[in-house]
Amino acid sequence: MKVSEKWLREWVSPALDTQALADQITMAGLEVDGIEPACPAFSGVVVAHVVEVSPHPDADKLNVCQVDTGSERVQVVCGARNIAAGQRIAFATVGAVLPGDFKIKKAKLRGVESRGMVCAASELGLEEGSSDGILVLPETAPVGEDFRTWLDLDDSVIEVDLTPNRGDCLSVRGIAREVGVLNRLGVTAPEMADAPTTLDERPTVELAATDLCPHYLSRIVKGVDVSAPTPLWMQERLRRAGLRSIDIVVDVTNYVLLELGQPLHAFDFEAISGGIQIRRAQAGESLELLGGQKVDLRDDTLIIADDSGPLAIAGIMGGASSGVTEKTASVLLEAAFFTPLAIAGRARSYGLHTDASHRFERGVDPGQTEQAMMRASSLLVQYAGGQAGPIVSAGGRDETARVIELSAERIERTLGVALPEWEVVDILTRLGMTVHAEGNAQWRVDVPSWRFDISIDADLIEELARVYGYNNMPVRHPAMDMAPVVRNEAVISDRTLRDRLVDLGYQEAITYSFISSELQHQFHPDAVSPELLNPISSDMAVMRSTLWPGLIKTLQHNLNRQQSRVRLFEIGQVFNGSLDALSQDKRLGGLIYGSRHPEDWFNRSGEVDFFDIKADVEAIMALGGERQWRFVQCEHSTLHPGQSAQILDGETPIGWVGALHPSITQALGLKSNVFVFELDYSSVTMRRVPSFEPLSRYPEVRRDLAIVVDERVVLSDITDAIATVAGEWLVDWRLFDVYQGKGVEPGSKSLAIGLTWQHPSRTLNDDEVSQWVSAIIETLEDRFEASLRR
Amino acid sequence: MDQLSSLVTEAERAIEEAGDVQSLDALRVHYLGKKGELTAQLKTLGKLPAEDRPKAGEAINKAKQTLSTRIDEKKQTLESAALNERLASERVDVTLPGRSGPQGGLHPVTKTLERIENLFTHIGYSVAEGPEIEDDFHNFEALNIPSHHPARAMHDTFYFDASRLLRTHTSPVQIRTMASQEPPVRIVCPGRVYRCDSDLTHSPMFHQVEGLLVDENVSFADLKGTVEAFLRAFFEKDELDVRFRPSYFPFTEPSAEVDVQCVMCLGDGCRVCSHTGWLEVMGCGMVHPEVFRHAGVDASRFSGFAFGMGAERLAMLRYGVNDLRLFFENDLRFLRQFQ
Repeated sequence: MKVSEKWLREWVSPALDTQALADQITMAGLEVDGIEPACPAFSGVVVAHVVEVSPHPDADKLNVCQVDTGSERVQVVCGARNIAAGQRIAFATVGAVLPGDFKIKKAKLRGVESRGMVCAASELGLEEGSSDGILVLPETAPVGEDFRTWLDLDDSVIEVDLTPNRGDCLSVRGIAREVGVLNRLGVTAPEMADAPTTLDERPTVELAATDLCPHYLSRIVKGVDVSAPTPLWMQERLRRAGLRSIDIVVDVTNYVLLELGQPLHAFDFEAISGGIQIRRAQAGESLELLGGQKVDLRDDTLIIADDSGPLAIAGIMGGASSGVTEKTASVLLEAAFFTPLAIAGRARSYGLHTDASHRFERGVDPGQTEQAMMRASSLLVQYAGGQAGPIVSAGGRDETARVIELSAERIERTLGVALPEWEVVDILTRLGMTVHAEGNAQWRVDVPSWRFDISIDADLIEELARVYGYNNMPVRHPAMDMAPVVRNEAVISDRTLRDRLVDLGYQEAITYSFISSELQHQFHPDAVSPELLNPISSDMAVMRSTLWPGLIKTLQHNLNRQQSRVRLFEIGQVFNGSLDALSQDKRLGGLIYGSRHPEDWFNRSGEVDFFDIKADVEAIMALGGERQWRFVQCEHSTLHPGQSAQILDGETPIGWVGALHPSITQALGLKSNVFVFELDYSSVTMRRVPSFEPLSRYPEVRRDLAIVVDERVVLSDITDAIATVAGEWLVDWRLFDVYQGKGVEPGSKSLAIGLTWQHPSRTLNDDEVSQWVSAIIETLEDRFEASLRR
Repeated sequence: MDQLSSLVTEAERAIEEAGDVQSLDALRVHYLGKKGELTAQLKTLGKLPAEDRPKAGEAINKAKQTLSTRIDEKKQTLESAALNERLASERVDVTLPGRSGPQGGLHPVTKTLERIENLFTHIGYSVAEGPEIEDDFHNFEALNIPSHHPARAMHDTFYFDASRLLRTHTSPVQIRTMASQEPPVRIVCPGRVYRCDSDLTHSPMFHQVEGLLVDENVSFADLKGTVEAFLRAFFEKDELDVRFRPSYFPFTEPSAEVDVQCVMCLGDGCRVCSHTGWLEVMGCGMVHPEVFRHAGVDASRFSGFAFGMGAERLAMLRYGVNDLRLFFENDLRFLRQFQ
C-alpha cells in the first residue's frame, strides 16, 4: 500500500518528520518498505497562460507561442500538437532545472528565439514513459504560481508492506487511524456529503446470497460525461498510490478505494438487462472479464448477474460487456460488503488478483459501505455531472459487535508484564474498541467493524503489546528444570559421524532434493518417487530416490573446475514409493574419485579402488563398535557387477557400496572410475554400548593356514566355514596374504589366514588346537575343495 | 721401567690415532685385557726383587689407569663425533608437507545449523526432525492457515497433489512433537524447507531452524530473553542491539520480526543492511491458541513461544557470504573455505 504523506496528514498530522513517522508505524507492525519522493526534483516551473499560438515560419511541426508566466511575457517554440491559446500550462522558465538535471536555456529553434519550455507530464516525472502532448492544467490554475507548490509535489510516498491480517489499513483512513492511535491524536475525515438525489430511478436488486453478501448498495447515476477530465489533484493522488488515471468514473471509484478502503464497481447501466442478482454462479456459466480474459465460473463463486447472465465476479472483477466505456452515459454504482470467506482464494483460483479482491479477502469495513457510496456518487456528480437516484439497499448491516472477554491475568500470563488497568482501557479505546469494565480486572470488549483480525483475547493482547511497544516490554529468561536429559549412548551423534567423514577427507555437499526425472532413471531405472505438480524447472521435477545423482552432479561440476581428486558426502532424505506408500528415509551417501592421495612428494600414486571406499565404509562402521556388518557380492543396476556389494546388518540390507557401472561413467563422460556408497542413516548411527569382559591371563595360541581355493570363492564364505568348526575359543582371525601367480595354479588363489585362540581360564594345549585346525582344514577341503599350500 | 713408559707412550699414541669406537675397543683389549700388554707386565712383577715390587706394581697400575682414562675420553670424543655426524646426516626439511591426506570439511549450512542447535541443546532443548513431504494439515491447517487464508500466498508451495506438499517451513515438526509429547516441550527443529521461488535472493530449497518452548507460565518476556540471548551468542557480540517489530504469522500471537543491529557495519548503515543499520534475522511469537487446539495442548494451562530463522541467511551474515546460490553449487573451492 502506497500512501501520500500529504494526503495522510490531511487526516492526521503528528509532529514527526517523514522518517520518524515511517519508523513509528514500522515499529507498530506496519512495515515501511520505502519512502520515495512523490516526484523527482525540478525547479523553475510555473503555472503559465498561453496567450497566442502561431505556426513557426520555417517548420511545419512547430508553433511559436506567447506565454504569460505571471511576471513576464515570453516567446517559446513548442512542438506539441495539443497546445492552444487560452490554456494554462506548466512552463519551465529559462534557468529551470528539470528531472535528469536538464537545464532550460535560451535557444533558437530554426531561427526563432525560444525562452523556456512548455512541459509534458512525463518531463516532470508525473507520468511514466513519454506523454502524449503537453500537460494542460485546469482553467482555475493560478498563473505565476510555482508548479510544485500548486500541485503539492514536495510530498513523500510511503510504501507500507501490510501483513495479511491488517486489511483495515489498506486505505488512507486505515493508516490515519493507526497513526492517530500511536500519537494519541484525533483523526479528521474530510467533509463527505452525499450527491443530491435528483432522479427517481431505482435498480431492481435481488440479493440471493446474504451469507456471502450481507449488504449490497446500488444506485443509478444518469447523464454522466465519461470524457470529463479527472481533476489533476485526484490524478496526482492516484498516481502517488501507484494507480493510473483511466477515466473519471474509474478514477472516482479508485479514489474512494484508496481513501476509505471500500472497493466499488461501476456498471454501464444501459448494458444491464433487467434486475441485478447477487447469487452463486451456476455450473456452465462463463464471463468475459474487463481484461478480455474468459473464465468458466464455478458454483463456489459469488457473481453479480442480470437477467441475461453474469455481469461480474463479485468483489474481484467486472465483466467486459457491462464495463464503463467512452459511450457510457448512465452508470450503476455498486458498494457492497462481501464477506472475506466469499472472496478468499477465489481470485487466485481464477488466476486473478485485484485491488478489490485483495481487500475483500482480508475484510472491508461493513460500517462504511454507505459512506463510500455517498462519497463516490458525490465526486462523480461533481466532476462528471449527471443525476443520482436514491441508494437502494439490499440486505443490511449486522450491527452487533464481536464481544471478547479479557482479563488482566491473561494479559500478564502472555506478556510477562502486568499492564496498568488504565493503560489497557486506554489503548483499546484508542483502537476504536468499546471497553466495559466487569470488575476484578476483567473486561468485555466490543471490536470495531473494521478489525476482522480480532476475535479472541489473544488478538487483543497482541494489540496491547503492539501499541505499548514490544521494545518496552520486559526481557526474561525462561526457568527450566535442571533434571538431566537422557542422551542415549547407543546413538552416535550426527556430529561424530560427520567428523569421521571429514577426517577421512570427505567434503560435505548439500544438493537439491528434487532432480530431473532423466537423471533419476539413469541411476534408478525402476524408481518410484513423488513428482512435483509445479516444479521450478524440469531439472527439479521429481524427488530423489537416492543421493547418488546429486553427488555425481556435484562431482561433474567440480571436475569442470579443474578439481581432480574429489571426495564428497551428503546426508539427506530420499523418497521412495508412491505418495500413499511413501518412505522418506534419511541416508548417508558418499563418493570418491581420482587419485588415492593428493599429489605429493612421496610419490604415493594410484587411483582409488573398491577397497578404498570399502575402508571408508568400514571406518564408519567402526564407530558402532564390534558390529557384524556383512558385505555381500550382489548386483545393482547402477553399480559394476563385479565391484559392488550390498551391506547387511544381520539379515537387514542397510546399503550399497561399489564402483559406478562403466556404462554410466561412460555416458556421463567421466574418465576414471567413480566409487559410491549409500547407507541407511539410522543404521549407521547406532552403536554398541560397551560391556566389560574379564581379561584372560592365559596365553594366546596362533596358527597360520595357507590354502589354495578356486579364485571365485569369496573370503567371507571361508571365514564363515572356519567359524563353524574352530571351537568356542577362537578370538581373532587375520587375512595376511592373497596370492595368485607362480606356484599357484591359474584360476586359483592362495589365502593366508592367521587364527588365534585363547581360553579365559586355562592354557590351551597343543592337541586341542591341532584338532580344531584339522577340522578347519577338513571342512575347507570338503566345502571349497581347498588344498593346503606347502 | 723404561719399557713401561715407552709402552704407555706407544699406547697413548695409538689411542689418539684410533678412528672409531671399534679400534678403540681393540686397543683396550690389546693393552688392558686379560692377555694385554700391561696385564703381561703385571705378571712380570714376580721376577723382581721383593723390595721393588710395590713400586713397580704401583707404576703399572698407574699406567693402566692412565690408559683406561685415555680410552674413555677418546671413546666419548668418538661417540659424540659419531652422533653429530648421524644428526647431520638425518637432517630433514621440516617445511616439507607431512604425509597424511587432506581433511574434508562440513558444509557452511551444516556448520551454522550445528552452531544453532548447540546453543539450544546446551540449555535443555532437544533436536526434533520430521518428514519433508508433508500434508496440508501439518503444514497449514494445524498452523492456523486454512485453505483460503491470504497467508498461503506468502508460502509459494510445491505440491504433489491437492493435499500433499513439500513443507514450506519446519513448523510441522512442532505440531508432530506437541501432538506426541506432554509439555514441557523444548525443541529445535532444523531441516530443509522448500518454496516455489528462485532468484538471486531466493532458493527453492533452503534450511530453517525453528524452536518451540511450551510450559506453564511461558510469556513474551521469556521469548524476548531467549531470542536476544541466542542472537548475541550466535554472533558472539554481548552488546548486540536486538529489536522486536510487531508482525503477523498465523501460528503465533503476538508475533514479531526480530532485527539485529547490522553485524557488518555495527549499525552505521551499509549495503548489507540497505543503510538502515538493522538486519531482519528471524520471526517469532507466542503460540496461537488455535495451534494448541490442533496439537492437543491445553491452552488454559500451557503457553509457549516459537521462533524460526533461515540458516543460509545467518550463514551469510556470519561468514560474509554474498551470494545465496553458492550454497547449493557445492563448488569445492567454496566449501573448502569453511574447513
